[in-house]
Amino acid sequence: MTAQFLQFLFSGITIGATYALAALGFSIIYNASGVINFAQGEFIMLGGMAAALLAAQGVPLPLAIGIAVVGAAVGGLLVEKLAIEPAKNAEVVTLIIITIGASLFIRGLVQVTVGKGTHALPSFSGDKPLEVLGATLLPQSLWVLGVTLVIVAVLAWFFTRTLHGKAMLATSHNKLAAQLVGINTKAILLVSFGLSAALGALGGILVAPITNTSYDIGIMLGLKGFVAATLGGLGSGTGAIVGGLLLGVVEAMTAGYISSSYKDAVPFVLILVVLFFMPRGLFGAKLTERV
Amino acid sequence: MTRRNLLKLASAAMAALAATSMGAHAQSGDIKIGSVLSVTGPAAFLGDPELKTLQLYVERINAAGGVLGRKLALVHYDDGSDANKANGFAKRLIESDNVDLFIGGTTTGSTMAMVPLVEKAGVPFISLAGGVIVVEPVKKWVFKTPHTDRMAAEKVFTDMNKRGLKKVALLSETSGFGQSGRKETLAVAAKHGIDIVADETYGPKDADMTAQLTKIKGVSDVQAVLVFGLGQGPAVVTKNYAQLGIKLPLYQSHGVASDEYIKLAGKAAEGVRLPAPSLLVADSLPANDPQKPVVTSYRKVYTDKYKEDVSLFGGAALDALMISVEAIKKAGSTDKAKVRDAIEATKGFIGTGGIVNMSATDHMGLDLSAFHMLQIKNGEFTLAQ
Repeated sequence: MTAQFLQFLFSGITIGATYALAALGFSIIYNASGVINFAQGEFIMLGGMAAALLAAQGVPLPLAIGIAVVGAAVGGLLVEKLAIEPAKNAEVVTLIIITIGASLFIRGLVQVTVGKGTHALPSFSGDKPLEVLGATLLPQSLWVLGVTLVIVAVLAWFFTRTLHGKAMLATSHNKLAAQLVGINTKAILLVSFGLSAALGALGGILVAPITNTSYDIGIMLGLKGFVAATLGGLGSGTGAIVGGLLLGVVEAMTAGYISSSYKDAVPFVLILVVLFFMPRGLFGAKLTERV
Repeated sequence: MTRRNLLKLASAAMAALAATSMGAHAQSGDIKIGSVLSVTGPAAFLGDPELKTLQLYVERINAAGGVLGRKLALVHYDDGSDANKANGFAKRLIESDNVDLFIGGTTTGSTMAMVPLVEKAGVPFISLAGGVIVVEPVKKWVFKTPHTDRMAAEKVFTDMNKRGLKKVALLSETSGFGQSGRKETLAVAAKHGIDIVADETYGPKDADMTAQLTKIKGVSDVQAVLVFGLGQGPAVVTKNYAQLGIKLPLYQSHGVASDEYIKLAGKAAEGVRLPAPSLLVADSLPANDPQKPVVTSYRKVYTDKYKEDVSLFGGAALDALMISVEAIKKAGSTDKAKVRDAIEATKGFIGTGGIVNMSATDHMGLDLSAFHMLQIKNGEFTLAQ
């Protein structure tokens, strides 16, 4: 019985960690601009696909990962430069719609150039499952979880302790005021896209050995990541992690104890309930809108 | 010239033009084969090889002189795996493209969305979808080439019976393919004396199925597990199965019958059993197998051109095209009613999917012998002993 519970928990944590990584990317850009970047899922896909294709060509794994992350970051910068920046004074909603366009473009580009096949990436430290009290866990899940925690710690430090991080937060709170105190808001937005693309790519690479990867994997990861981010509170690093893990664990427990048919329904009901009582999510900032 | 006259003249000219082009088509123009396939979207891995196969073989047939001295012309639309769009394109094929014959409907959903239109218009229609519902009950103008999910389930149960496995856990995908498979599996289980002791599902894009498998593992008397899904989901299930160290025999459906599955699931796929047609085991077929020349030739032609492995889905498209060509030859014209009768009279046609014997009550014409039971050994599909 304990073993079964633990297995459901591990299963939930594994999926939850992938959602959490996706959610983090949403939070960074939201912090910098108030924009929800719906191309985030495509950055996740780009990272996983690039690493898998390079690794299949015989490029050593660490190098493949490095190239994939840098490549996705450049992709993020290009999206900002070519799609977001030309519309700089547009409403937030317009910018969000632009990111949807960018995501369709990136997905289509990969579909046409690379193809529609599914690709596998070898696990970082073998496929031999670890046994804990009768339940099993893949070493790759620990990688996902560990790297996620490291990223959150680094981001927390970046946003609260460094001048650049604070400048990013200031830009999101009030762009005009940030400009007046000498913050280069244009550069901030650019950096935030590059950073979140690199993070998304790293997430995509970490989960690729578990989920495999294909041109359309960003749709699912992006959607669940967005849900996790909303659940935890947009813009909060802790919120992204808690939201992601909660979503994953609830899904796994529902599949295990109730029925796998309700696996996707129960978390969404949970989200409705949470957002009803806490509209800004579990860890969302208590903002008051000035009228 | 007044404006009215000008208009009259223009419309007369257009009518004349339309008449000549229509006339030309009806007399000696190309034989128009329409197709609506899911080349993009979730079912793309089915529709893509189907379209590639049709294009390749239409080209080859034309290079060899065409059919009845006429060239084949493929008029293709991509429904993006959306049944609503399939319906719209079917209308266009019938009403404005005036096709002589119609191949398509990659998925059961798309096919069923087009069936009422082709039935009404009276166009011979060969579907590439797996669902039994396409040909049962028999519809006058509708045929299909791929095996049905029911046949796959029956083949698996026959194999289980041989090995004395009676209590089976079912894990199916929530996609159309998986759900149709689940329905058929449950429907024929009792007939084969199989008891379904667990019935779980997973989403086609899910990243982890250990929860469902743990639940199945917890059912005390289960003897074997059957997975019904397509593409990458079953590969994840297979990996999770190995991760959890479940030792029960694992069966998959014909939905995973491509090399991609072995590539994605890796070592975890060792020992997995599945039903599949000859196409996938072309090399291990005995030399006297009637299908051997057909499947080896298709494999070679397709792989040479596209540098990727053949799949059952492309094979189904090839069978549909060749059955059509045979029927047009036999009918001696593209008269729709005559071609339909010729398709229905198809006997002993050796295709990639099996030997086809159609009749007025069977618009698919395949029996269980079309399936072989395969087992994955050392990263290869081999005939199961």
